[in-house]
Amino acid sequence: MPNETKTAATTTAKASKIHDPMLTLQRAVAYIVLFVLCFICLFFFYVLIVNATHNNFTIQQGFDPLPRGSFGVNFFNTTHDANVPILTGLRNSLIVSAACAALSVYFSALTAYAIYAYDFKLRKLAFTVILLIMTMPTQVSALGFLNLMDSMKLTNTLWPLILPSIAAPTVFFFMKQYMDSSLPRDIIDAARIDGSGEFHTFNTVILPILKPAMAVQAIFSFVGAWNNYFIPALIINDAKWKTVPILVAQLRSADFLKFDMGKVYMMITIAILPVMIVYLLLSKYIVRGVALGSVKG
Amino acid sequence: MKKAMSLLTATAMAATLLAGCGGGTASSSAAPAADSTSTEASSTAAEPAADAAAEEGKVLNIWCWNDEFQSRFNDYYPGVKEIAADKSTTTLDNGVTVKWTINPNDNNNYQNKLDEALLKQDSAAADDKIDIFLIEADYALKYVDSEYTLDVKKDVGLTDDDLKDQYQYTKDIVTVDGVQKGTTWQATPGLFAYRRSIAEDVLGTDDPTEVQAALNDWDKFNDVAEKAAAKGYKMLSGYDDSYRTFSNNVSAGWVDGTTVKVDPNIMNWVDQTKTYTDNGYNNKTSLWSDQWAADQGPAGKVFGFFYSTWGINFTLLGNSLATPESEGGKQEVGNGIFGDYAVCQGPQPYYWGGTWICAAAGTDNIPTIKDVMYSLTCDADIMTKITEDTQDYTNCKSAMDSIAADPNFGSAFLGGQNHIALFAEVAPTIDMSNAGPYDQGCNETFQSCFKDYFDGTVDLETAKKNFEDQIKVKYPELSSVEWPA
Amino acid sequence: MKTKRKGMSYAKWGYIFLAPFFITFFIFQFWPLATTIYYSFFEYFRSGLKIIGPNFVGLKNYAAMIKEVPKYFSNTMVMWLMGFIPQIIVSLVLAAWFTDLRLKLRFQGFFKTVIYMPNLIMASAFAMLFFTLFSNSETGPINSILLKLGIVAEPVRWLSNVWTARGLVGLMNFLMWFGNTTIILMAAIMGVDPGLYEAAQLDGASSTTMFWRITIPLIRPLLVYTLITSLIGGLQMFDVPQVLTNGKGDPNGSTNTIIMYLNQHLYSKNYGTAGAISVLMFLLCAVLCVIIYFTLTQEDDGLTREQRKAEKARIKAAKAAARHH
Repeated sequence: MPNETKTAATTTAKASKIHDPMLTLQRAVAYIVLFVLCFICLFFFYVLIVNATHNNFTIQQGFDPLPRGSFGVNFFNTTHDANVPILTGLRNSLIVSAACAALSVYFSALTAYAIYAYDFKLRKLAFTVILLIMTMPTQVSALGFLNLMDSMKLTNTLWPLILPSIAAPTVFFFMKQYMDSSLPRDIIDAARIDGSGEFHTFNTVILPILKPAMAVQAIFSFVGAWNNYFIPALIINDAKWKTVPILVAQLRSADFLKFDMGKVYMMITIAILPVMIVYLLLSKYIVRGVALGSVKG
Repeated sequence: MKKAMSLLTATAMAATLLAGCGGGTASSSAAPAADSTSTEASSTAAEPAADAAAEEGKVLNIWCWNDEFQSRFNDYYPGVKEIAADKSTTTLDNGVTVKWTINPNDNNNYQNKLDEALLKQDSAAADDKIDIFLIEADYALKYVDSEYTLDVKKDVGLTDDDLKDQYQYTKDIVTVDGVQKGTTWQATPGLFAYRRSIAEDVLGTDDPTEVQAALNDWDKFNDVAEKAAAKGYKMLSGYDDSYRTFSNNVSAGWVDGTTVKVDPNIMNWVDQTKTYTDNGYNNKTSLWSDQWAADQGPAGKVFGFFYSTWGINFTLLGNSLATPESEGGKQEVGNGIFGDYAVCQGPQPYYWGGTWICAAAGTDNIPTIKDVMYSLTCDADIMTKITEDTQDYTNCKSAMDSIAADPNFGSAFLGGQNHIALFAEVAPTIDMSNAGPYDQGCNETFQSCFKDYFDGTVDLETAKKNFEDQIKVKYPELSSVEWPA
Repeated sequence: MKTKRKGMSYAKWGYIFLAPFFITFFIFQFWPLATTIYYSFFEYFRSGLKIIGPNFVGLKNYAAMIKEVPKYFSNTMVMWLMGFIPQIIVSLVLAAWFTDLRLKLRFQGFFKTVIYMPNLIMASAFAMLFFTLFSNSETGPINSILLKLGIVAEPVRWLSNVWTARGLVGLMNFLMWFGNTTIILMAAIMGVDPGLYEAAQLDGASSTTMFWRITIPLIRPLLVYTLITSLIGGLQMFDVPQVLTNGKGDPNGSTNTIIMYLNQHLYSKNYGTAGAISVLMFLLCAVLCVIIYFTLTQEDDGLTREQRKAEKARIKAAKAAARHH
């Protein structure tokens, strides 16, 4: 397959060597459109970052595209305000997101392996059920979920945000596909001949093979949990356990937090920036991961 | 073991607390009468206090919706020992840790969260039970008329004598069947805060008495609005600015049985605001929005703001500065428009807001609560100090009257005006008898639905219909809405 | 025969490995869904500090909600379309450009990185950012820029106008998803047999013709998949309009989505009504889930793996043969 693409590329490259004004025009249009789209994507963040360096008064004067010197003060004020405990929020979000990423990836791999490696009566049914619920929104059962967590005394803890990620159908689906394409069955048989137990085989032989897929899905699960707002907002009331999205949304609803717009911009910056930095570092893998995830069976 | 330990510490704490109480009274410069009050108070409270003292919890949970009470508490409660860097907790001299739970007020958020916690109060662990929660005039009745609040006299231990200096209305609104369930440190007469420089330009004077004379009924107020508009100013900032002056002068409460009854005076607000909007007399903002706040600042071109006493310190002052205090700005003339505001009564007397402290049923901190309530709402010295420091109007008739009569008292922020003198006349006349449990939801929903009408997005009938729909989502038990003929 | 026996003896491990998933699913999704359905038949809400109900009322909640929900459904769909239509068009065009071997666009890595970026942003923070940027006031960043550039004469009241408010929601959804869709469609296009393009090129087909005649038909399953997942995502629209309008769905309720409406009832602790909305939503999504299921399992057509493998090999051989001719 890669070879084929290459040959195709060279032939078409040859073909396009002939000067073609239409092609040049099309290319110019493409660059302009891409430039405009990139500008829009980046512009909002530019305004955000610039305003985070302004104080309330200069923000009220209207937009000024040059950064000022209030970044430090805004940062200090934002991180020292118990009404928006952003540092605890970051900690909570980090715990939830990391745990969700780990649980969903591990258990999805396990679930996918069960479907992939074993033949049992309910196999087909289990697979169908998982695919059917794959895109079912969690919101439809939010009411029951809220009540259940209430009666289990789990509201105002992070558990309800973490535990459900054990059942993550989309991650499962991705893992299953990855196994179909790159997990040779012989490996399982070889391990069995070596006398390795099934669970041991999964942990020591299978998981390392799945590493690339797991890394990609871990990133997506992490980001998904990091940005999740609906369920956490229903479950968490205690400032001690609030996650970043709740705190950000609170900015919108709590009037007294808006007295200082410098702080508001800083808060949004703190909420967005960590993910952006991680993204820029890993963007190659992430973009590739998106592409991989889409290739359906 | 744990139990024994906590018992020990509790007893020790109770001892310190009583000692602290006595010390506080002795060192205060209050008349001997106050002293005897205090002893009397402790003796009347002795029995329940002794019971409670054995179990006084280590954690005092306080629920509120913004940081106003928190800063009052941290600044003025004598028992404060240490404040956490992020202000999430306050440690008291008696070893009790105050844990602050702040949930924003908007859209009944605070009420809903509080309800949820109170319904679980019975099953909550002692240190998780709410001990004190704050309520606002807009929904005070809902909590006062429930078993979740304690009688400030019988249960908490304050005496009639402790409370005698408070404005009567502040006691009436939290009293049901003769039982008072809350107490407050502030009285909240409404006012109109105007920009001296703009008044000078429009009316040729910035003197509060003369400005008041030019604004003392709605017709005159409208005339001034027209004049101000001619000079390029806006009379008001937003749609809801004058809302309270109308909604507090209604003939009946919002809800009768399960029917919402919209008062004709509220519709007067709709008419006036529509006219103001169409004539360009306002800046089309909403309360608490960033533009509304900016309008109060150095770049603002708004004649004035309907406000209440607490607003001067809580919002107006901060908004008026060009260099914020966090960046080293000072509260002084020259920083932004500090000193350019003055207050007068405005066209119609009204009140706005007010915060009451309630003791929650099930608390294990009665002695501390009593001391907090006494210190922060009854102690004349502390009340005086709060007013002098923050310009807030506190709930202590004698102290306010003496400040009002003090020729040396003047607020630098208000250009030297003695605003307390103005409020001292109005405060005794406040009548909150039309307040009810649904006020917050009704007021907010009404304002937000009619915003679309003022914006020109919908017609009057649609705005009414939207209000009918939304109020039923907010309060499922309300069945119908009646509009004035 | 031998493998079969082996498979039998290992079957219990299949169940063991599946257990965590299904136990979690049962506790955190299935049971809550069941109780949600149960509550939908009751009058059950909180009036202040008093709990009313639960009293069985049959289908009363449904009767009330079936009248209300369509309004919120159409709001949701309008805002979804305002994001989705530009999204699918732009994504298709970009994907075609990126994969066009004659166009040979440079800096692809950079462009892809930038356009995908908004997808990872916390929707609530993004909405809060838009709320501050598109403030109604003349000093709001966007208004002050437009005023300075002379594009508008007076500040645009973004959030007070039905179509600008909805447009902002659409714009945000577009920005958050077009990069993602572009990359997915690119993967799909690159999966198309390059031989087909070569053949078409030799026949003198233009890029446009190849796009409509080859690309679109061959990636249709993926387009359907994108459409349905986006639709399900759109039905769940919540974070963006919720934070942008502070949960009110202003102006005139025009940005109030189904989930926001559900949230408003959950907020008032009106479990009966919230239950009815949830169930209506569930039914709607169930239909869509079944469609997705069939899109995904088009090849799961009852054939065994061996049969399918054989079939694939046969097709491959046929293709190879075709290429030789």
